[in-house]
Amino acid sequence: MPRVPTIVLLTLLLAQVACAGGAPRFVPVSGGRFVSSLLDGTRTVTVRVAPFAMMEEPVTEAQFAAFVRHHPRWQRGRITPLFAGPQYLAGWRTPTDPGDAGAARRPVTGVSWFAARAYCDSLHAELPNWYQWEYAAAADATHHDARADTARRNAILAALMHATGQRPGLIGRRPANLYGLRDLNRLIWEWVGDVGALFPEADGDLGSAGSGSVLRLCGGAALAFRDPSDYALAERVAALSMLAPTDASPFVGFRCVRNPGANP
Amino acid sequence: MKRIASLLCAILLGTGLAAAGQAAESTALPPTSIYRIPPLTLIDQDGRDFTFASLAGTPRLVGMFYASCRMVCPVEIETLKRIERAVVKAGGRPVPVLLVSFDPAHDDVAALKQAARQHHVAAPEFLLTRARSGDIGMLGGVLGVSWRPLPGGGFQHNVVVALLDREGRILATDPADGRVDPAFVRAIVQQERDTH
Repeated sequence: MPRVPTIVLLTLLLAQVACAGGAPRFVPVSGGRFVSSLLDGTRTVTVRVAPFAMMEEPVTEAQFAAFVRHHPRWQRGRITPLFAGPQYLAGWRTPTDPGDAGAARRPVTGVSWFAARAYCDSLHAELPNWYQWEYAAAADATHHDARADTARRNAILAALMHATGQRPGLIGRRPANLYGLRDLNRLIWEWVGDVGALFPEADGDLGSAGSGSVLRLCGGAALAFRDPSDYALAERVAALSMLAPTDASPFVGFRCVRNPGANP
Repeated sequence: MKRIASLLCAILLGTGLAAAGQAAESTALPPTSIYRIPPLTLIDQDGRDFTFASLAGTPRLVGMFYASCRMVCPVEIETLKRIERAVVKAGGRPVPVLLVSFDPAHDDVAALKQAARQHHVAAPEFLLTRARSGDIGMLGGVLGVSWRPLPGGGFQHNVVVALLDREGRILATDPADGRVDPAFVRAIVQQERDTH
């Protein structure tokens, strides 16, 4: 007889764990052919993006706080120096508390690439790769690819310039895009899984051996863009590519992706 | 019934002990040991399974590659062989090498075995492996190896080979680009002497 209540209790407990900090919601992103803004050397790259599911919003401070409470090895002070430097969650009141009344609606920033990766892994998800992020962020409320819209482009750049040096604003103040995704472009920069490989000339097979490690040091200088006047995108890529995976920037957060068929 | 229960207990106890063993192992490792990355299970060119952390205890060269790579990865493997020869020439003993594939979708045991045969390398001195479980991105991150699949096939990637001490701390790195760096060879010889 006591079996039923135990199961109920367990379910409740699991539900609580899942909901702590508000469980992230994933929305489907239909795939398609896509011309990347990043060049491969001087060549234009057309990619076929497979359908995927992406978190509708960036991970919030509250969600990340719930994660570090359940996974103490990712807490500030406990994390190994391999995975994060001294800036990791440096603004938090305690290792498990952001100390922010807006934590439930503010994107978490100040997290290293390793910690972002571990968070996604805990949801059986992963960081998006650059093409997935770029593809998702190219859409506005009505178009799959709104990148040529110069008014939108200027507004994104203006929003980013306004936000520089400020604490990131709150999520959800702007309408979602066509897929139902919010705050991809204007709020923060976001980690991508292949951030270390955003160098077109670092191609191991075509370039000279070891050129990748040299280009790593060269940072943004080696990057090439299809449309050099898309400053907001160039700035984002240059900023991300200059970060080491242990770095934690107050302007860099993340969201996760997973297979479109995965359970919510 | 009793049998099943005791079997269950044994399994639970066994996993409990294994988990405790792993915990003890990882706490014994220094904070900067790369063996502290989240658990990674590997399989080598001979089909042998092992955990990445189980390699602690011996100085080792660790890098990443993919088997169908036509240029840089062959250079990487051949450079490592030349480095090992230089270590022997300098009076040292070769240290074991571990390369982990970042193309697990294609690099099955047969592909790893073929690559090993092509380059005349053999386990256990020279392990070509792929992950069976765990996140190889974490290993790439701590080594400084990055990769990105190219739309036309292959990968955009760089090469970093790290010399680890027996506890998994990175002592030196090398781009394994065809050149034998005397400083890297000296670091290996020195480490090998310090250990024995």
